[in-house]
Order: sequence, then structure tokens, then C-alpha cells
Amino acid sequence: MYAAATESLIKQAREIKEEELQRFCGRIFKQLHTKDVSGDTVDSLQRLNLIVSATKYARELPSDLVMKLQTVLRSSSCPEQLQVLSSSIIRESSPPSVHSLCSDPSHDSRTFSYVASVVLTQAGNKEDVMPLCHHLLKSLESRLSDGQISRHTLPILSKMITAYPEILTDDQVNLVSRKLVDWLRYASMQQGASMSSGGFFSGPRTRQPAPLTEVDGVVVGNFFTVLCVGQSYTEDQWMNMYTFSMIKSWLLTYDTDGTTNTESDDRSEVDSSVMSMVSATSSSSRLLPPKERLREKAFEYCQRLIEQSDRKALKKTDTELQKACIIESVSIMDIICGEDPSYVYRAFPCIKALYGRLNGDLTYARALLPIAQFYLNHSETAAVDSEAVFCQLFSHCPAEQFNEPMLAFEFVQFCLLNASVLQDRVANYRQSFPNLLKFLAWNSSGLIEEFVELLPSLIAPDTAIELLHTILDLPCLAAALDLQQRSACYHASDRTTWDQQGAKVAACLDAFRQPLYRGLFLYILRPEAGTGDTIDRLKMLHEILADMSESPRVVRCAQVVPVLLQVYFNTVTQKADEKMMNQMLLVLLERNSLLYNIKTFNVEVQKVFSTHLQALCRLHPPLIVDQSREILEFASSPANIYSKEDFYTHVVWVIGEYLSVSYDPRCTVELITSFFESLEAVLFEITQVRQSASPPSFSPRLVTVLMTTLAKLATRSQDLIPRVSLCLSKMRTFARSAPVMACYSEEDTEEIITRAHELINLLKLPNVAQFVLAPSAGGDSPRWHRDTNASLPQGMRAVSGLLHRHSSFLPTTPYGTWWT
Amino acid sequence: MVVCFLIHTVCPVSALSAGETRVLYARVFGPETGDACDFTPEQRRLMQKERLHVVARQVRSAVALSREASGGSSVEAVLGEEAAALGEADSGVFSLGNAELFPDRSVVLWLGVQSLAFTLVCRPHENLLLAEGTLRNIARHCLEELRLLGPGAEVLLKSDRVDALLHRLLPHGQLLFLNHRFTLALDKEIASYVSK
Repeated sequence: MYAAATESLIKQAREIKEEELQRFCGRIFKQLHTKDVSGDTVDSLQRLNLIVSATKYARELPSDLVMKLQTVLRSSSCPEQLQVLSSSIIRESSPPSVHSLCSDPSHDSRTFSYVASVVLTQAGNKEDVMPLCHHLLKSLESRLSDGQISRHTLPILSKMITAYPEILTDDQVNLVSRKLVDWLRYASMQQGASMSSGGFFSGPRTRQPAPLTEVDGVVVGNFFTVLCVGQSYTEDQWMNMYTFSMIKSWLLTYDTDGTTNTESDDRSEVDSSVMSMVSATSSSSRLLPPKERLREKAFEYCQRLIEQSDRKALKKTDTELQKACIIESVSIMDIICGEDPSYVYRAFPCIKALYGRLNGDLTYARALLPIAQFYLNHSETAAVDSEAVFCQLFSHCPAEQFNEPMLAFEFVQFCLLNASVLQDRVANYRQSFPNLLKFLAWNSSGLIEEFVELLPSLIAPDTAIELLHTILDLPCLAAALDLQQRSACYHASDRTTWDQQGAKVAACLDAFRQPLYRGLFLYILRPEAGTGDTIDRLKMLHEILADMSESPRVVRCAQVVPVLLQVYFNTVTQKADEKMMNQMLLVLLERNSLLYNIKTFNVEVQKVFSTHLQALCRLHPPLIVDQSREILEFASSPANIYSKEDFYTHVVWVIGEYLSVSYDPRCTVELITSFFESLEAVLFEITQVRQSASPPSFSPRLVTVLMTTLAKLATRSQDLIPRVSLCLSKMRTFARSAPVMACYSEEDTEEIITRAHELINLLKLPNVAQFVLAPSAGGDSPRWHRDTNASLPQGMRAVSGLLHRHSSFLPTTPYGTWWT
Repeated sequence: MVVCFLIHTVCPVSALSAGETRVLYARVFGPETGDACDFTPEQRRLMQKERLHVVARQVRSAVALSREASGGSSVEAVLGEEAAALGEADSGVFSLGNAELFPDRSVVLWLGVQSLAFTLVCRPHENLLLAEGTLRNIARHCLEELRLLGPGAEVLLKSDRVDALLHRLLPHGQLLFLNHRFTLALDKEIASYVSK
């Protein structure tokens, strides 16, 4: 498709020299002056078009050529191709032609549109488009026949008002509203004159235009809409189509609060009771002011479209159009009901019937979203029960169609837009997070930004822990969904397609289909929360899915989990009570070793766990005592060092920092001693110096943290001081042993030795040590950990220095400032 | 309303680094926000081109991720097999978030046909189903009128055809509710333009 020839053309176009370009322009100028348009001229213009479009820096063209092109653009007698090329060249080049083109806009419909495309692209502010706007409005005002108004009037107008809504005065808005009503509601009911009217032998009677039909072939019996089919269309029928195409945008700009001035707000309040009587019968709608009349007609149009969408279209494109019309109509009715609540009573029967028709039809799933939005906005006004709608929406839709990218996107946008309302009013919204997360599991990179915003709204007190487990198992969910899809597509008997997917996937597919594992998959694919925080056999599930851990979808999913976890923890820690914090801590300790084994997934999740372990303990220090048994068990086993060193290090640090009677009166000497003994044993084990010792597989930081924590614990139960001093004295031997010297850098070994030395000295003065190592009120503040001037190592070194009357201070190592 | 339409590469291009994309056709339909007035026209154009390039790059990576995740590689279609190529095309959508010169939370809709992608940037809360249908229709026309499945460079030299078909199917960025007869009438106009 994309070949080297194309690439080299672009290069040539970009690199053409200024001189050559000017010469080329001169040639084109001459060519344009000849009467006949030759293929050569078109060719040259096409090349010039490429030249000006190929670079991001605007090319300056000679002004005489630009003026000539403007003339070509404006002349209706020129072939369309020249107008197209001129329009494009002028748009892309310099100097801008906005003002010169505006000065005399042409009356020819097609020309006007091409001129407008230049003006709209080059306009920098409201003033630039004003002349165009005035010309448009004049043509609408002056009762021209529809054939003389540019077909693109409405798209042009619509484009102008999206950028500059204030460009129309109230009177002008009313003028346009009146025209829109005419086109929308009163377009011709006959077909347009056919181009080929039958031939020589057909008489006048056979030339009678045939009636319009609905999309299923039945003759039309009501006013014209975009779902009416005819051999050819009249001009006002085209305008009907253009009107409906922009009516939503129009109503949003001019018929919603904020753009109307206070006068009309007051009026609408006073007249609302009158309106509700008047709008009941459309025949009296002629009494309504233009805005309200447009609302009425748009409403009727939408109702008609919804009825017409029930017909079985003969052509597939028409079926697709029916769906789009349903979505648009419901949205427009939603807007109208928002402006004038009296419409709600007319709208609901229609919407309810529509919902009844579409519910359960998977091909219409996308249309359920505007319907749900309507219910969300107006069901209270109409005292209509909306529970069934949301039940269907959250319980079924995601589970069945998570792999439809457009639906997934629109569904998530719907949730985002309405998050606060859904949280408060729709009971099963938060319960449905397992279903909603399916969208994310399937398309992680596409939807992660939306879910980062959405996640806080899904957190509820009674399901928060289950949500945490679900996030941690999101990659499993991705794998399971993948298997579910494949399983639905391929039959076990069809061995060839089965095997084509690769041995790994085939093995997982086999497991998916086994009754033995059914329960596991049912759990991971569940639609609702509430059946349990997690399952006992989670490890088994991870093992079954092991072969899928390298599939792209699973890997992408694993990449977004740490992000989600951060959002989760940041949100929950603000609101969590003591009980929940305890539960979260347990999850952190437990799930550390229970994660789906994907490359780097464990490491990344651990990092998040470590950060939030600290945060949790800082917020609620008594956690250490509450969960002392689990924490002790975790800290006592050196195996935890080898698989999750980072997290282990943080656990040890947290023990040192918060296990103290000043944080929790329940912290007894026995408790401190038992922690001390366990950590001492670990330190001994990992720092044993033996002939056959292998180099340490843990970082020096772990050693310093263990040493410091032991010292801290010793200051709180001073009987332990001799023991820790003995322990620390062995560190020098450890650090200077051959395997360690080979493994750690000089700086690191020095730090271990220095730190051990400083701690020993400090502990000779227990009272000073207590002050330095024991947490104080100010000790929790981040300043102690981050500020190099106030941090502990600095403090300790100062004390050491004073003790030994040394004046030199050793430099702090990277982890020195952090580890107090 | 549609903010812009792009045709760009999603295959590796030798002159560019990996992940980069070559924009072959770009059409911005007009001012979207009223806040561009501080800049000169040249600056505006430059900013716009750069912003379009960023969007194209994001689409490129979205296409790559989508194709990687769905696994299967399809057979390359050749000239004459436009319908098959379209049938095999992958599509997707994402939100732009905050972006200068684009309205807040604009939506990017893309259609990847072999080594090229067709991209529409729409205003938020646009009728995406209609936009999707329009994009497919435009892509079909482009594949046919520009002979994109072949090795030629019509996409660059005959880009006025794209202008002409956008002029009818997406005038000034307006999405249209076209039933099959309206579509037929516009298709006839396009065919007669191309044949000249």
C-alpha cells in the first residue's frame, strides 16, 4: 500500500527550493490564464497542492498566483476540479485569503461552499467569519427558493456556531429557528423530479413522481424524515436531512441554560404552566415563539424516527442508519426534556416502549446507553422505576460485549459522565465492578485513562477489599476472557483450528473446559461483587493460566495494574476506618506471594505495596500490634527476602519505626523481644561467614535496615542492648569477607561498617540513643526522612563526631537519607 | 461535528524512526475553539500540523496494540479487493483528554486497513455510531478512488478527490444521516467527479 515511490514524492515536495517553486508558480499562473483547462494545468495544480500541504511550515506563494486562484475559486463557470484544487492550495498556503474572499461571497451554492471551507479553516477569530455569516443569514431571510440557498448552509452555520456561539443575535437565532422548523417538519411529501424521466415513449402521466416509501417499502403516510426513501429528492428534502444532522448541536448551543439571557429565563419560568398546556396539542404550536416551536417540531421528528426504526429495512445501510437515528433521537429528546420538563410525560411512553423493543437484542446494545441516560436524567421527574434498565445495563451488557471497542468506550464514558449520580442512586453500579473491569481487562491501553478517573467511584466500604483482590487479578481476568472468546469460537472437535492457536493456548483452553476448574473460572468471570473477597484456590487458577502469561493482552493488562493500585490506595486510605486498614494490611502481606506470574508484574506490584504499607502504618501505627502475629511470621522467614526483598525491607523498617509504646500502649516488652529475636536470627542467618558461602543475593540496604531496626528495638527494651551490640560487632567481619567484597561496592561495604560502628557507639549512651532512634512526635513528619539536614544519619554522625571529637563527616549514601 | 480527518501510515517507514507515522492527507474543518486568536495564521497552521501529527502517532500505537492483542495476521488484499480489505480492517476509539486547539475530551475514531489508517477526530458527545459508519464509507471511497491497495501515489497527487468526496459526505465536518438513496445520489456525484 505505502511504497517507496510515495515516500520519495513527499521528500521531493518538501525539499523543492524557493527559486524552483517560484518558477513553477509562474508557469501555473500562465497556464491558468489560457482559456482551456488542459490536463497539464490540473496536473500542475495537483503538484502544487502537494507541495504546500507536505510541510508543516506554511509556504509563501506569489500574491498574483494567489489572487488568480481566488478568482478561479469564486467563478462558478470553472470546473469543480479547479475549484477544489484552488480551495485546497489557498487553504494550505500563505498569505491567508480570509479577508479577500469574504468581501464578495458568491451566490452559487457549490462555489459558496468551497469559499467557506477556506474562510473557516483560516479564520482566527469571530470577525473573520462575520461576513460569511451575514451572507448566509441574508440568503435565509430573503425568501429565496430552496434551490438558491446553498445546500451547505447548515453545515457552514453549524461549524461557525461551534467555535463562536455568540456570533448570532437573538433575532438571528429566531430567524434560523423558523427556517429549521420549515425544513424539519414541512418538507415536500413527493419525490423529486427524476433525472431520467422514462425516455421517449413515456407520456406525462408516467412522469408523475412516485410516492416516497419507508425503509421497508411501505408508502409514506406522515411527514418526511431522513428515513424516507425516494428515487430522487427535492431541495427541501435535502435540507430536511441537513437540518436533522445538525439539530442536536443547535439545541445544545441555543436552547439550553447558559446561552439564553436572563429575560428569556424568566419568561420560560412564568410560562411553563402555559407551555405544558399548550405543548399537549401540537396544532396550537403556532402560538409558540420560534425557539419553543423548534423544540416541539424536533420532538415530533424524533418520535417519528423512533417509530420508523421499528420497520424492517430492506437495505443493510438503512438498518445501520435506523440505529444511529435511535441514538440521536433519544439524545435530542433528553435535551428537550431537560429544558422543558413538561415534555417528559410525552417522552416516557415512547422511550419505555423503545426500551422494551431493544432490550435483549445485542445488536442494539449501543442504543441502550442514551436510553439509560434518559432514565437517569428524567425518571425521577416522571416517577418511573428505572431499576430494571440499570440492572440490564450493568449486569448483562459488559459480560456479553466487553470485546466491542466502541460499546466499551461509550459505556465507560457514560459511567464517567454520570459517576456521582450512579454512585448515589443506582444500587447495582458499584456492585458491578467485576463486570466493568472486564472492559479494562480486554482493552487495557485504550481505557486505562478513563478507569483511573472512574475507579474512585467504584469503591464502596463493603466491597473495597474484594475490589483490591480483583484489581490484583486483572491479568487473570484478561486471560480468562480470552479463553472464553476462543472457546466460544472453536469446537474441541475442530482440532486443526484448535492446534493452530499454539500449544500453550490449547492447553489453557482444555483446562477452561474441564468441569474440575469450572468454579475457578466462574469466580473470575463473575458479573457482580458480593460472593466473597477471593477464593481459596487462587493459586491453582494462576497455575492453570500460567501458559497465557506471555500473551500480549495479558502483558498489557499487567502493565496497568500498578497504576490502578495507586489510585485505589490513594482513594481508600483517605476514607478507611481502622477495620479496613487492618484488612488491607493483611491483603498486602498475603497477596505478595500470590500473584499471577508475569514478567516484572511482581516487582511492580511490590513497589506499590511497599509505598502503601508505609502510608498505612503511618496513618495508623497500632496496625503493627493489631497484626503482630502475621507481621512477625512474615518477617521471620528469610525465604521472603529472596522472593520479595523490597517489600520485606519495608516491613522491617516499619517494625523499627512503629513498634513502640509511644504509638500503642499495648506494645509490651515481650512483644518487642519476640520481634527482636526473630530479626536477630534472620540477620545472623544471612550474614554468616562461611568458607563455602555464596555472595549475598540481597542488597546492602537490607543489612543496614535490619541493623538499624534491631538497634531501635533495643533502645525500647534496654536489656537487649548487649545482644545487639554483639550482633553489630560481627558486621565488620561480614562486610570484609571475600564473597561480600566481591559483590558489593566499596562504598556500600564502608556504609555497612560505618553504620554498625555508629550504632554501637550510640548504644553506649542509651539515653542519647533513645532520643535519636526512638520516634518522637516530630519524627513522623516527612522532614525526618527526606531532609538531609534533619535526617537521622546526619544526626547520628553529628553525635558520633562529638563523641570521638572527629571533625570529618562521612558522606551520606543514597539510601542513607531515607533509612533512619 | 468532526474536527479533522487524516490518512496516515501505520506501517514502519524507512525514513522515520519506529513508532513514527507519515501523514498522507489531512483536512481540518475549521475553528473548533475560539481561543486561537493570539497566534498568527502561520503559527496556527504549524500548531495544528503538529497536533495532527501527535494524534496520528497515538493512532499508530493504538493500531499496533490492537493488532498485537488480537493476534491473527490477515492476508494482504490487492487492487480490486477493497471490500475484503475493509472487512478485515480493525477499528477502535479513544479519548484525547485535554488538548490545545481541540475541544476538551475530543474523541478519536480510527480504521486500520493494512498499512494505512483513516482517522476522524470528533467533538465530545458526538453520535459515534454515525461517525463510524461515515468513516467506513469515506475509507471505502478512498480505497477505490485513490487505488490505495496498489503501489501508486494517487493519495498524494490526486488528493483533490478526497477533498471532493469529503465535500459531499462530510461537508465542513458535518456528519450526515444518509439513507441508501441519499448515499446513492452522492456516490453518483463523486463518481462523475472522479471520471473527469
